[in-house]
Amino acid sequence: MKSLTLELNGAKITCDVEPRETLADFLRERCRLTATHLGCEHGACGACTVAVDGQATRSCLRLAIMCDGRSVQTLEGLEDDSTMEVLRRHFHQSHGVQCGFCTPGMLMMARDILLRMHDPDVETVRSQLSGQICRCTGYSGIVTAIVAAGRELGRAGQAKGVRESGIQVTAIAAVPAKVDD
Amino acid sequence: MKAAIFDYVVPKTVSEASALLGSTGAATVAIAGGQSLVPMLNLRVALPDLLVDIGRLQELKEVAATPSTIRIGALTTHAAIEDGKLPEAFGGLMQQVACKISYRAVRNHGTIGGSVALADPASDWTGCLMALGAQVRISGLKGTRSQPISEFVLGQYSTSLAADEIIVGFDLPRPNAALRWGFFKVVRKSGAFADSIAFAVAQGRGGPASVVLAAAADRPRLLPKVAERIQVGGGSEDALRSAIAEDVAEHVSRDDAYLIRLHTSTVLRAVREVQAQ
Repeated sequence: MKSLTLELNGAKITCDVEPRETLADFLRERCRLTATHLGCEHGACGACTVAVDGQATRSCLRLAIMCDGRSVQTLEGLEDDSTMEVLRRHFHQSHGVQCGFCTPGMLMMARDILLRMHDPDVETVRSQLSGQICRCTGYSGIVTAIVAAGRELGRAGQAKGVRESGIQVTAIAAVPAKVDD
Repeated sequence: MKAAIFDYVVPKTVSEASALLGSTGAATVAIAGGQSLVPMLNLRVALPDLLVDIGRLQELKEVAATPSTIRIGALTTHAAIEDGKLPEAFGGLMQQVACKISYRAVRNHGTIGGSVALADPASDWTGCLMALGAQVRISGLKGTRSQPISEFVLGQYSTSLAADEIIVGFDLPRPNAALRWGFFKVVRKSGAFADSIAFAVAQGRGGPASVVLAAAADRPRLLPKVAERIQVGGGSEDALRSAIAEDVAEHVSRDDAYLIRLHTSTVLRAVREVQAQ
């Protein structure tokens, strides 16, 4: 076991992990943060997308121990995030959810797209979203929702590129790290 | 699947990394961005005893521009190149290549050095760097060395790296004249590994030209006859097609009509893009 210290959704946590543990397994099994879904476990589906130091990351392709000293954000930590608030509303209005399995990854990636790009069009969103798989094939509603959210944020001048300075960290109730195993 | 058990260490210097990687009696693997290695670990295709995380070595992050050379650190991510963080010397070719590699979440961590070290025959960077005449800078227990990338990559997933060696970065000669370039690849799904990739570059008009076909053979291959057609300039479509046919036949079986047509098409499109500039 190796000691891992990171900032998780704004709270600093330290716990022991196995080197072979992926960030996804760490989040789900040790931290009980189950919004991060695991589909393929080899980087093909995008369901496990989180943000590491503000960068969209496939948590199945990152060992937890590689995130030592870094900041990790999951969907749970973005409840009060202004971009995510707009995205959630448009996912609801445009029926961007079917079974919901891909939704956390879709939302994390959608937020990443809107932080990097101002008011992206349908073609851009489709291309940027090509690494996220929805097995219900509900892409139409998802793309519509992201485009509409981008338009709304663009109008409000909110979708600023805040990646360089690090993303806004929203504190949630600290999750006690599981220390058994 | 979940990875099998391995140990993990973060060296503080390049020489410490080499000492760890070169240690005998254990299967050691270097990890940088991990975007190819972690899935291989998850699928238990790779079964190392020790993972040496070189992803924090500052020496591998150096990016520099001199009047003659662009130096790119091995840990430069695809996303950094996509976002234009490198000194621009190649007319936007590297940005265009970067933005078509896998997906943004992968590009945020995947590195140019990792991509070349893996030496997947369909790797975008190996072919691109070959077209640009890059030198690979390598560090190991015996010191540092430099090797042209066309000699560094030996075959499918095979390079000249010794167990203790890691790629420090790449030196790319600046073109003498504005670079004209063409890049075309065929992928079944955006972000997937390509079925065929072609790079064509020319330094101004009449200057040195280079054409590379990747994902066709065990490693990216230079197409010298096609490059000559670009350098000479003019010429008929038939002459170009016959040069492509000759070069492609060196690496692709004539019996596979589909593959011949596929690779001919990507090379043709890349060359036409150069000729249109």
